[in-house]
Amino acid sequence: MELSFRLNRRAFLQAAVAATAAAGTGVACGKNGTPWRFFSIDEARCLASICDQIIPPDQDQGAAWAGVVHYIDLQLCGPYENLCATYRLGLAAVDKTSRASYGKVFAEVDATQQIELLSMLEQGKAKAEIWKGVSSSEFFGYLLDHIMQGFYGDPRHGGNREGMSWKMVGLEYPPIRGRIRSDRPKELPR
Amino acid sequence: MPLKHVNAVVVGSGAGGGVVAKELATRGLSVVLLERGKWYTPFDDRKDDLRNQRTCVLGNSFGPDDRNPRVYVDSSGHEYVVPSTHWAYSNNAACVGGGTLSYGAMAWRFMEDDFRLRTKYGQVDGSTLEDWPIAYSDLEPYYEKAEWEIGVSGDDSNNVFRAPRKRPLPMPPLSPNRDFQILEPAAKRLGLHPFHIPMLRNSVPYNGRGACMRCRWCVGYACEVSAKCGTQNTVIPQAIATGNCELRTECIAREVMTDDRGKVLGIAYYDSSGRLRKQTSDLVIVSCSAVESARLLLNSRSRVFPNGLGNRYDWVGRNLQGHSYTGAAGLFEQETYDDLGPGASVAICDFNHNNPGFVAGGLLANEFIKSPYQFAQLGGEGVPRWGAVHKEFMRHYFRRNMGVMGPMQEMPVFDSRVQVDPKVKDAWGIPVARISGHRHQNDLLGTNFMRAKAEAWLKEAGAIKTIPFRWMSLDTPSGGQHQAGTCRMGNDPQTSVVDKFCRVHDVDNLYVIDGSVHPNNGGFNPVLTIMAVAYYASDNLVKTWKGTHGRG
Repeated sequence: MELSFRLNRRAFLQAAVAATAAAGTGVACGKNGTPWRFFSIDEARCLASICDQIIPPDQDQGAAWAGVVHYIDLQLCGPYENLCATYRLGLAAVDKTSRASYGKVFAEVDATQQIELLSMLEQGKAKAEIWKGVSSSEFFGYLLDHIMQGFYGDPRHGGNREGMSWKMVGLEYPPIRGRIRSDRPKELPR
Repeated sequence: MPLKHVNAVVVGSGAGGGVVAKELATRGLSVVLLERGKWYTPFDDRKDDLRNQRTCVLGNSFGPDDRNPRVYVDSSGHEYVVPSTHWAYSNNAACVGGGTLSYGAMAWRFMEDDFRLRTKYGQVDGSTLEDWPIAYSDLEPYYEKAEWEIGVSGDDSNNVFRAPRKRPLPMPPLSPNRDFQILEPAAKRLGLHPFHIPMLRNSVPYNGRGACMRCRWCVGYACEVSAKCGTQNTVIPQAIATGNCELRTECIAREVMTDDRGKVLGIAYYDSSGRLRKQTSDLVIVSCSAVESARLLLNSRSRVFPNGLGNRYDWVGRNLQGHSYTGAAGLFEQETYDDLGPGASVAICDFNHNNPGFVAGGLLANEFIKSPYQFAQLGGEGVPRWGAVHKEFMRHYFRRNMGVMGPMQEMPVFDSRVQVDPKVKDAWGIPVARISGHRHQNDLLGTNFMRAKAEAWLKEAGAIKTIPFRWMSLDTPSGGQHQAGTCRMGNDPQTSVVDKFCRVHDVDNLYVIDGSVHPNNGGFNPVLTIMAVAYYASDNLVKTWKGTHGRG
């Protein structure tokens, strides 16, 4: 697990390309021959692309760099264990929807198409026959909430690498506690 | 070996039970205080924004854990077995101190009208609204006692709507943060009456503990310097120090034991090693908060009480209430974030009563400090929920926003209720709570009104945009951390569960003392009222107690 945590985005994508087959057909955590606890290489690649549309890199890094895939992978083997099947079905359905619309898997279509597809999921307008086990809007709801958690939540859970989102919004990182703060009211900016 | 008989068993060590244990122990009664959770110290609490008592997406820090699920029945009759982190669970912390270990600690006295809503507003269709059998003046001395013994800081002298108080608060307010400096003058410009929120938090050293260090980890967390005043660091240590009170943690009450004549004998419970124990006592005081108190009474069935204790007229578990919160966030051009905890600092009570077109109302106050994850959920209403624009919104506005919100006083609904589930049992084999019901139309009218007032206040303060909070759903029952109402206090045994001294109507030596007894729950956080009622009921209990009932 240490290994995947240290992989940067490029190394991760290379690993994804180098992988010959997607492992992990069972809906559970465990050794599956990938750097991940739960995800297959293809699933992780798809999720990383989703991450970078939900919270894209700009002058600050995006959600994939911040380790959000790792965050979700960890939680699926912990508190979110009951969502393993949902993620397996959901990520497969994202790729299937992408193939049906654009002829390629989600990670390979261009940004405009990715955004278009995610908006379609959000509004529940994706093809119902592809989304049988879980509805597209429900799965999008999980994705959105979990990606926000992984990006803006405490780094101890595997996301928010180096506390980057806290620094981005202007919070001190690491947070300093246990000191007595100045009790004098701060001047209002005029 | 049987356990030694005691005068009183108190089940639950939260705001109500902690106070009762101390009051009885200091007056010489022998007390066993049972708590289902552990006794945590602040050092057991990681400051984790995804796993705490407020934001529990990865779990909660102070329980209950997965061994006690509940059943939630939605408006179309579907049943769900829900864990304690699910919104429909109506979670309240399971630990010594109960909710008071990790709460935000607002310390409100209800207003005089809150005790006589039925008289003031008349009958409300679809609601069991009724006056309290006691008046504000009955509780006033006990509010004062709670403020001074447990410790409240603040200054409500500018609150012209407040109920009369004989003594000021024992501690001054914390110095104003930036929210206060911006919102207070804005409220005054609108002709409102802003003031410093009373808080169960040391602003100066008090009762042997230090002052608040203004950190950002407040509501949802245990206080690292123990400046937040709960029962776990005030009355419970005092109760134990008398030598008359024994606290037993990780003990799960199974039922209240009764004899053939309907007299309460004590409590059957599972101790921390899972062994069934029987603690006999002269008195039993149930203080498990609204969901669990009702569950314990309903699970205590016998030949004399086939429907559960106190439930002769099917009122136990009825009228489950909490608060419908509403308000808005305002976005500002200038920085508003100053990282001075707890954040909540300024409030108004201008809209608690006498509003047009609906019954009652609620306070409005600025929010506690938000974590970035909490702020990230603010999307909607003109702010995209994701993508490049949302990221820019986070980056730009996290330090340039303020929230104003408040609890709408809910109308009690007879069909919003706690039952025990016929099938699902907890890890100890005890039937779990089953929650169902809906809210009253009046709650919707009230929250719409209060939301508009919150937006107007933020706009006056200079907000360039406001994002309204629309959290209320009429289809779901209330409850949550402000849960109340399930063992109503009243004079008529046919329409209430306990009398005006919190004694169960048809059982001499059984009391319910917690938020369950509130006929209605105020437009305020209820904890100080729970404490005041506990002081009041304990006082009467001790005064009228004639020693061991028939045991010599």
